[in-house]
Parts: sequence; C-alpha cells; structure tokens
Amino acid sequence: MKAKIHKFEQNGTYILLDINSGAVHVIDKMIYDMMDTFDGSNDDEVVAAWQDSYPQAELREALTELHSLMEAQELFAPDIDVPPTFKQHGLVKSLCLMIAQDCNLRCKYCFGDGGSYGQERAVMSPEVGRKAVDFLIEVSGPRRQCELDFFGGEPLMNMKTVKAVTEYVHQREKETGKKFKLTLTTNGMLLNDENIQWLNENNFALVLSLDGRKEIHDATRPDVGGHGTYDRVVKNFHKCIDSRKGGDYDYRGAYTYIRGTYTHNNMDFTKDVLAMNDEGFDILSMEPVVMKDSPLGFTEADLPRIFEEYDRLTDAYMKRHREGKGFYFFHFNMDLSNGPCVAKRLSGCGAGHEYFAVAENGDLYPCHQFVGRDKYKLGSIYDGVTNKELPQYFRESHVLNKEKCRSCWARFFCSGGCHANADLFHGDIRQPYEVGCEIQKKRLECAILVQALLALEKMDAQAGSDKE
Amino acid sequence: MKHITTVNKPKMQSTLKTGGCGECQASCQSACKTSCTVGNQVCEK
Repeated sequence: MKAKIHKFEQNGTYILLDINSGAVHVIDKMIYDMMDTFDGSNDDEVVAAWQDSYPQAELREALTELHSLMEAQELFAPDIDVPPTFKQHGLVKSLCLMIAQDCNLRCKYCFGDGGSYGQERAVMSPEVGRKAVDFLIEVSGPRRQCELDFFGGEPLMNMKTVKAVTEYVHQREKETGKKFKLTLTTNGMLLNDENIQWLNENNFALVLSLDGRKEIHDATRPDVGGHGTYDRVVKNFHKCIDSRKGGDYDYRGAYTYIRGTYTHNNMDFTKDVLAMNDEGFDILSMEPVVMKDSPLGFTEADLPRIFEEYDRLTDAYMKRHREGKGFYFFHFNMDLSNGPCVAKRLSGCGAGHEYFAVAENGDLYPCHQFVGRDKYKLGSIYDGVTNKELPQYFRESHVLNKEKCRSCWARFFCSGGCHANADLFHGDIRQPYEVGCEIQKKRLECAILVQALLALEKMDAQAGSDKE
Repeated sequence: MKHITTVNKPKMQSTLKTGGCGECQASCQSACKTSCTVGNQVCEK
C-alpha cells in the first residue's frame, strides 16, 4: 500500500507530512498518537483507542481539526499517478562535460579513479567541447534554458577547452536565443587570480570542494605527491568568494558554494560543517560518501551514528540562525510551498533522458558517474544516441515504477535516489542503494523540521507585530 | 486550530495539471556535484 502520511518527532517537535499534497503540519503529541489509529473515517475507533490517555472532548476537538485538513486536501490527499504533464520522452537540457579526465588531486574516495574514470588520462579538446554545445542545442529543441557543467577530474587543468567552449556558447546564445547556465566544479588548486577573474566575467556558478576541518581535508584530499591541500585551496577559495561579494555579481545570487564529503572517518561531520563556517564560508553542503566495500564507506551499522549527527547538525544550524550567525546549508534549504511540480519530481535528476555526460572523446553516458561503464554508453556527440532503449528505460525508472520507492514516504522529495549508486550496489538502476535511502530520509526529516521551525518563528514574529 | 499548525501552502496536487514545463535546473540525485536533490529545488515558473 502506498503510504499517505509520514510523522516523526525530533527534539520535542512533532511533524506530520501529508505525502501526496506536500502539506507539513506541526502537531501536538495527542495528534501524533491519534495518527496511529485515524484513517479519515473512524472517529469513534480513535476515541476508543485513546480515551484512557487523553480527555474525550480534546480528542473530538482534534478530530474536527483533522477533518478540516482533509477537506482542504492537506491530509490523505489523493494518490498521485503519472500525470499527463510528465511527457513520454525526455528532452535533453543539460550536459556534463568531462573537460579533463585527469586530476591534480588523489582524493581517497574518488568515484572517477583519480579523474581517469578507469580509462586513459586525457583532456577534452576544444573541438569536442564545441561539438557538444551544438549537440545540446539540437537535442534541447524548443527549451530555452540549457545547462553545461564543466567537470572532471579537475576542469581547470584544461582551461584551453573551458575558454574555447565558453566563447562558443556566447556565440551560439546570440545565434539561437538560448540561454546557457554554466557551472564548474573545482578542487581549487588552480583557482588563481587570472582564472577567478575570468570565471567571474563569464558568469560561472562554482562548486568548490572542501572537506571541513584541516586534518580531515588533508587526509582525504591529498595532491598527487600525497601532501595535504587544505591551506592552498582555502586561500584560493577566500580570494574567489571575496571577489564575488557585493556589486552586480554577489556570490550569494550566483550559486557559489563550498561542498564537502564526509566518510566513515568523520561521522562527527557537524564539526566539519561548523569548521567551514568558522573559516568564513557561509554557503555550504556536506554529503555522505558512496563507496562499496571500502573502509571509508558506510554500512547499515553506521546509520544510528549518522542519524545522531544529523540531529546535532540541525541543532547547531538552528542555534547559529537564532544567534544571528546563520549559514546556508544546502540540504536544509527546501521550499515547502513552491517546490518542483510532480513531473519534475518524477524525472528527478534526468540522468539518461534530460541530462547526459560527454566523455573527453565525445562518448555519451547517462551522467558523469556512468562514464567508463560500457553497458551504459548511449552513443556519441557525433552519431547521436545510438542505444535508443536506454534513455527510455531511464525515463521510466521513476519512483512510481520502482517497487521500493512506490511505498516510501520520501518518494516525491528524493525522486528515487541516484541511478549510478543503485547500479554500483545492485547492478540495476531500479534497485535503490538502501544506506543512501536511509541517510536521505533522515536528512529530509531534518530539512522539513528546520523549515517548519523557521516558519513558526516567522508566524510568531508576525503575530507579535500585529499585536503592536 | 489548537492542535495543528500548517506551515506551508503546498501546490503539489495542482501541478499535476500545470507542471512539466521543464525549465527548471537539473538536479544531481547523488548530490556529488551540483548538490541539488529534487526536494531542494524551487519551481522556476
């Protein structure tokens, strides 16, 4: 049976999520208990079940409130099936360019084998990059917004192609009327003054990799010679972010953030998030590593410790917010009222049907993580998609078609998780990676709680000012 | 209401008819790069 509601308690706050509407209700303990029994049409049964714990009048009053939520379709809202707005075929709108399948770091958890993705180390030529832009313009059809991610390895190792592709993008924007959003992910080693200025002038969104505390970062992200890189990259990140503050190009509006990875070695990752904030960075993200059969990866046995840490992070996040020293933590940032439409929630990341990765030689894969996994090769930018079935299989691998996802409360928030991780653990993109699912669900609960607390604070402030 | 405070005005059901324009940003589900799972997105409309 498909779950219709999800309830949880964290730090004394009781939350009720109505899955099919997305409504979030902060409830009292009595309603929290009643929801174990209430199915929308069994008031007397609810009263009989809970009258020893709560006064009957209170229970009846609460039932009236629950029925009014049902009338507003904010409780037990109708099940969601695939809507007509979810088009049968995807339209590719985004490409990830493997600008350099080579890297100047040797991160211990790299899914790209030190940048090479299990292949020969190589960089993308300007010709391949330009052809990829033409390919995207063609396959994106009527869609106006297109996205290009400059990825690697380390893309700044191949500035020649980064610059050539960007120049070509600007030319093609004028010719076609399309708009390209450009993002570059970098480890910061080559983020010198010249590169920073050029990236700013060309309106690049930036994802900057940092793993928190110096000792953690140095241990997981050494250079090719095995030396720590924290001091070098932090210096560059400061320069970069400072250069984006204020004026027409404030970094807060330009998607510039610091992202980290935590592993089995730092399950106390709240310290890493706070260390980055203390270092002066305030737009942050921290993600769990995904590794199979590695001492750095996670197993089910680690989940209680990880959950505890997310509770700690939530408290720390709210504490700094209340002290006027708040920071932006990507996964707690959720727009509960204006989130994506159902069609988007089904298409998810779009890997394989709205989003492709282009290997340095022009081969196409469903996303950057699939590069080098032969059975997932889609075709090439020269021949187009030759494996015609695969995009459709990815398109149809949405939460309503995956057995484990169909009944999960988080299905419309996570959109079924990462296909590449599912493939890594199960050899099947329709079999989600369970440990990742559990972490995702905990993280979503924390995000919903944070947003609920912030909304309550806003309501209180409003009520206070109305009284004045 | 005394026992319940609803903190949002969700639009998910209405987007069954109106959504699907596809202009929103791609969102990496593994969060390994763009770090943007669907739940963290906003509608671009």
